[in-house]
Amino acid sequence: MAAELRTDAMAALDLVEATVGVAKPDSILVADDVTRRYGGLTAVEVDHLEVPRGVITALIGPNGAGKTTFFNLLCGFDRADTGSWSFDGQRADGAKAHVLAQRGMVRTFQLTKTLGRMTVLDNMLLAGRPQGGEHLLRALWRGSWRQQEADHVTKAYDLLARFKLDKLTDEYAAGLSGGQRKLLEMARALMTDPSLVMLDEPMAGVNPALTQSLLGHVTALRDEGMSILFVEHDMDVIMTISDWVVCMAGGRIIAEGRPADIAGNAAVIEAYLGIDHGASTTGTIS
Amino acid sequence: MSWLSILALALQTAIGFQGASYALAAAGLNLHFGYTGLSNFGHVGFLLVGAYGMAISADQGWSIWVGFGVGIAASVVLGLLLGIPTLRLRGDYLAIVTIASAEILRLVANARPSEPLTGGSRGIGSLTSRLGFFDPSFIPEGTYGVGKSFVFTDRQLWAMLVCWGLVLVVTLLLRGLVRSPWGRVLRAIREDEDAARALGKNVVVFKLQSFVLGGAIGALAGALIVLNAGSVSPTRWIAPFTFALYTVVILGGAGTVWGPIVGAVVYWFVLDLADGVLNNLWFDVSDTSAGAIRLAIMGVGLMALMVFRPQGILGSKKEMLASGR
Repeated sequence: MAAELRTDAMAALDLVEATVGVAKPDSILVADDVTRRYGGLTAVEVDHLEVPRGVITALIGPNGAGKTTFFNLLCGFDRADTGSWSFDGQRADGAKAHVLAQRGMVRTFQLTKTLGRMTVLDNMLLAGRPQGGEHLLRALWRGSWRQQEADHVTKAYDLLARFKLDKLTDEYAAGLSGGQRKLLEMARALMTDPSLVMLDEPMAGVNPALTQSLLGHVTALRDEGMSILFVEHDMDVIMTISDWVVCMAGGRIIAEGRPADIAGNAAVIEAYLGIDHGASTTGTIS
Repeated sequence: MSWLSILALALQTAIGFQGASYALAAAGLNLHFGYTGLSNFGHVGFLLVGAYGMAISADQGWSIWVGFGVGIAASVVLGLLLGIPTLRLRGDYLAIVTIASAEILRLVANARPSEPLTGGSRGIGSLTSRLGFFDPSFIPEGTYGVGKSFVFTDRQLWAMLVCWGLVLVVTLLLRGLVRSPWGRVLRAIREDEDAARALGKNVVVFKLQSFVLGGAIGALAGALIVLNAGSVSPTRWIAPFTFALYTVVILGGAGTVWGPIVGAVVYWFVLDLADGVLNNLWFDVSDTSAGAIRLAIMGVGLMALMVFRPQGILGSKKEMLASGR
C-alpha cells in the first residue's frame, strides 16, 4: 500500500485518550445531554460527544442502538427532547435541517434519495450553491443566474467524472443502478461544498467492488480536509477507514476510541454479541 | 344536424372561452400537482375567491382592475392561510384541508347571512354592463367563422381572445419559472422533500410560493369566468370542477408546460362531441342522461389514457417510467 497520508488532524488524535466523552483537540461538532424519547422508550441519551475535525469518525452499534436517531437529531431531521450541540462553533440544536445544510453539514440517506424524474446533471445542479435563480423573483431574469449556473455545470462535470458518472449526465436518476445512485448521492452532497459530510450507512446493500470504490471516495474527502461522520454496521469497513470510532448501545455511547481500541473493547463486544465474556463491562479499556 | 356540425360545435367549445378558462385554471393546478407534487384537491376554492372578488367589486361599482386585484389578493390570503399550517405536514393533509375549505367557501357564499355580499344562493347577476368587459372590444359587431356551425359572435370572440391571451402570458411566465433553478427545486420537492431539505432548500417556503402562485392563477381564471358570464352563482364552484381540472392536467400531461392547454382543448372537444353525438342518435337520450353519459365517456377515456399513455398527451414516457422505480 502506498504510504499512508497522515494529516495533522489524524496525528492529533493519537494523543487523545479512548474514553467516552473525551475532549478532542479540534472538534467540528460538540453535543451535550442529547436525549430523544418515544413515549417511555429513551432512544438516545448522549451525555457528551465531540466529533473531531478533518478525520473520519464512525458511529457504530448493534441494531436499535440509536445511531440513526442520534444522527437524524444532529442534522436537524428529528427533534431532540433535550440537549444542545454546536456545529463549527455555532449553535446547531433547534436549527432546521436546511439551515444546517447551508452551514456546511450535508447528509446522505441509508435508502438512497436520488431524484428519479430528474436527470443526473439536474440532481447535481440542484445542490449547487449559491444559486440566485432559486429566488422566485429572480428566476425569470435569466441573466442574473446564468453565470452561476455555468459555474455549477463545470463543477458538476468535474465531480461526476470523479465518481465515473460523467457519461450518464442526461439520464434520469431513476435509470441508474443502485450503486450508481449511491455514488450520485455522494457526488451531489459534495456540490454543496460541505465541511462535515454525514453518511447514513453508505455501504448498506452495496456489492464488495463498489464498497471499495466508496471507501476510496470517503478517504479522499478526508484528505481534502472535510470531516466525515458515518453510521455503519460493517466492522471490516469501520476498521479499514475510520480514524475514530464511537460505539452506541441502548441509546448511550458505550465506547470511543481509535479502531484498535474499539476492536478489543469488552463493552463493544458484549453489545454486539450479547454475551458476557467475563471481562469488565464498565465502559472502556484504554 | 350533420356530423360535421357536431364536430364544429365541439371544436368551438374546445378552442372557445370554455377551453381557454379551463386551460388557465389548470395551469395553476399543474404548477401545484405536476411540478411541486402538491395534492391540491380544492383548486376550485381559488377560482371561487377570484370569481367573487370580481363580482363583488363590480357590484360595488368598482372597475375590473380592482376586481382582479381583490380576487387575486383574496386568493393569496387563502393560499397563505391554507398553506402555512399544512405544507409542513405530509401531503395528505393538504388534500384534506383544500377539499374541505373549497366546500366551506362555497357554502359560506351560498349561505343566507352572506346574502348582502355574495347574494347567497342566487349569486350576483346582471353585471355585464357594470363590468364593461365587452365595451372595449375592438371587434365589430357580427359573427365570425366558417359555415353555419363554426361561428363565434363578436363577444365570444373577444372573450376567447382575451382569455387565450392570458393563458399564453401565464404559460410563458410559468415556462420561464419551471425551467429556472427555482423550478428545479420544485421538481426536487416533488421527487423527494427530504433530499431537497438535506441539500439546504427551505422546502416549506418553496411549496408555499408554488401554492400561492398557482392559486392566484386559479383566481385569475375565476375572475375571467365572471367577466364572460356577467354573473356569479355558488353552484358552479363544486368539487367536481376541481376533478375536471385534474382530468385536464393529466390528459395534457402533468408537469409539462403546454399540457394544460392541450388537455383543456381535448377535454372540451371530447365532452362536447359526446354531447352532440348523444343528442343526435336514432333514439332519444334525455339531457340529464346525456350529461352523465358524457362524463362516463370522459372517465373511460381517461382510464384508457392511463393504460396506454400514462404520461398524458405531451408527457415524456421515459420520465413517466422513471417515477415507477
